Amino acid sequence: MGIRGFGNSRNEAFEQAAVAMTAVITDPQTVDATKEIEISCEAPDDELLLVDWLNALVYEMATRKMLFSRFEVDGTGKRLHAQVWGETVNSDKHQPAVEVKGATYTTLHVGPHTDGTWVAQCVVDV
Amino acid sequence: MDLNLLKRESEFAWHIEPQGKMRVPGVIYASESLIKEMDHKVYEQVSNVAALPGIVDASYAMPDAHWGYGFPIGGVAAFDAERGGIVSAGGVGFDISCGVRTLHTGLKREDIEAVKKPLADALFHKIPAGVGSTGRIRLEREEMDEMLSGGAAWAVQHGFGQREDLERIEEHGSMRGARPEEVSDHAKKRQRDQMGTLGSGNHYLEVQQVTEIYDAEAAAAFNLTAGDIVVSIHCGSRGLGHQLGTEFLKRMAINASEYGIELPDRELACAPIDSPVGRSYLGAMRAAINCALANRQIITHLAREAFSKVLPQARLSLLYDVSHNTCKVEEHAVNGRPTRLFVHRKGATRAFGPGHADLPEALRKIGQPVLIGGSMGTASYILVGTKQGEALPFSSSCHGAGRAMSRHQAKRKWQGRKLVDDLAGSGILIRSRSMRGVAEEAPGAYKDVSAVVDVADHAGLSRKVARLKPLVCVKG
Repeated sequence: MGIRGFGNSRNEAFEQAAVAMTAVITDPQTVDATKEIEISCEAPDDELLLVDWLNALVYEMATRKMLFSRFEVDGTGKRLHAQVWGETVNSDKHQPAVEVKGATYTTLHVGPHTDGTWVAQCVVDV
Repeated sequence: MDLNLLKRESEFAWHIEPQGKMRVPGVIYASESLIKEMDHKVYEQVSNVAALPGIVDASYAMPDAHWGYGFPIGGVAAFDAERGGIVSAGGVGFDISCGVRTLHTGLKREDIEAVKKPLADALFHKIPAGVGSTGRIRLEREEMDEMLSGGAAWAVQHGFGQREDLERIEEHGSMRGARPEEVSDHAKKRQRDQMGTLGSGNHYLEVQQVTEIYDAEAAAAFNLTAGDIVVSIHCGSRGLGHQLGTEFLKRMAINASEYGIELPDRELACAPIDSPVGRSYLGAMRAAINCALANRQIITHLAREAFSKVLPQARLSLLYDVSHNTCKVEEHAVNGRPTRLFVHRKGATRAFGPGHADLPEALRKIGQPVLIGGSMGTASYILVGTKQGEALPFSSSCHGAGRAMSRHQAKRKWQGRKLVDDLAGSGILIRSRSMRGVAEEAPGAYKDVSAVVDVADHAGLSRKVARLKPLVCVKG
């Protein structure tokens, strides 16, 4: 399933890509931003960094049994630091359709448009 | 897919002539109508795989092929280590050793009709399914490593099932060459409480009725008759396999240039078989195969417990267990010479013909059962491997229906609750924790599994034996 985030910067596009990934699983509006965790990633370029960022979220969702709905991404170049908020998954409340197995390099692209806005996209395996 | 791009070699075999960097041709097995429906991306991906180092014979796609990452889903490709062959995490898939297991029950349709509802409820209660579900087993470090070395045999040693189950599993229930030390702590942590869980998406446990027999001799050898009730389980290596797929895709992408491999696209990430990354992946991937075999074994045990409460006369015994996302070392004839190959099957089922030494004695004369899962409201099929198939894509066949529509489109088109009610009206009980999940898995979102299986049969990849109709479906 393809996901795509748009924003005024790389980091904003990364935040929106994370919202899109949550939307693959459930309606992000049903996920209360009550619990905060921190995530750090490092990769050789922006595209690998997007995949690492999404896979770090997949890992946190799987091991903490959480869903996330609010994301704040910081960092430049090869590094990223993020604060993310969400809550424990509740099948009655969230009706999660699928779990994301991982983010892939298929249709992977991160970059600015001519108008200066950024896009961050890839296919996630479900 | 544009038919003009292909050369029709026979009614069901379409060739892509080598061009550009392709080292071998591409071959797609399909009918004209399946080819027309097939995504153009399958053409690109089959061609890209044909350009990878050490590929042997051809880059193949099965009749249910669709767009995957790197390799198509439904792709089969074999590599020779002595000719610089590679191993690819994308050629196996994220859900390593995802597969299907079918169990006899010793019951007939009339035995379950009156208790179908309590049976569906008991199975749904017993078998953890869906996002975030956990099993009742929690594996700490040492036990995790034992499970990753032992597979289904480990599960049987721990009281989940019987010794005779193991004979009816590929690799006799335990994949050799597993190296738990190559499995990361992250992957192990993700798996710690996921043993004996179905997962989500297209995974399921179904109670099915044999509705048609196509091949009386094979059906007799498989102990199947019309009206029999069987149980089929479709799931894989859960979080552990997913995490390994993620990690090795990255390692292989970053290291490819070091090994002098020119990737047309990062998603084709691979490593030479005989390289540190290649050997590390093979050891970890085999451990993940054991994880999947142990997982299906534990779910079998839970299904037995559920049946014993509702239908104590049921005796659940294995017909067979196949994995359809693997890379395995097998011997196949290349230019008439037996050659040791690393056969990648991603969304494709091994289909050994009669006489193969790896088959259990009871099945050796007839050939390997090939278990094909359909979508939840339609049908599943049992086929058998053939001698003819050995000369085709390394004894491989299709694995399922394959999606025809995206999850997003399906969610807009169907409502989960209405689908559950409609299917109940036609005698199929669905149990799921997510109505949205049901909508995304609507039968209409999949290709016609019968058309896929017919091509597998006509093309000689495997031969149709029996058709199964679902009666109860616990959705992942």
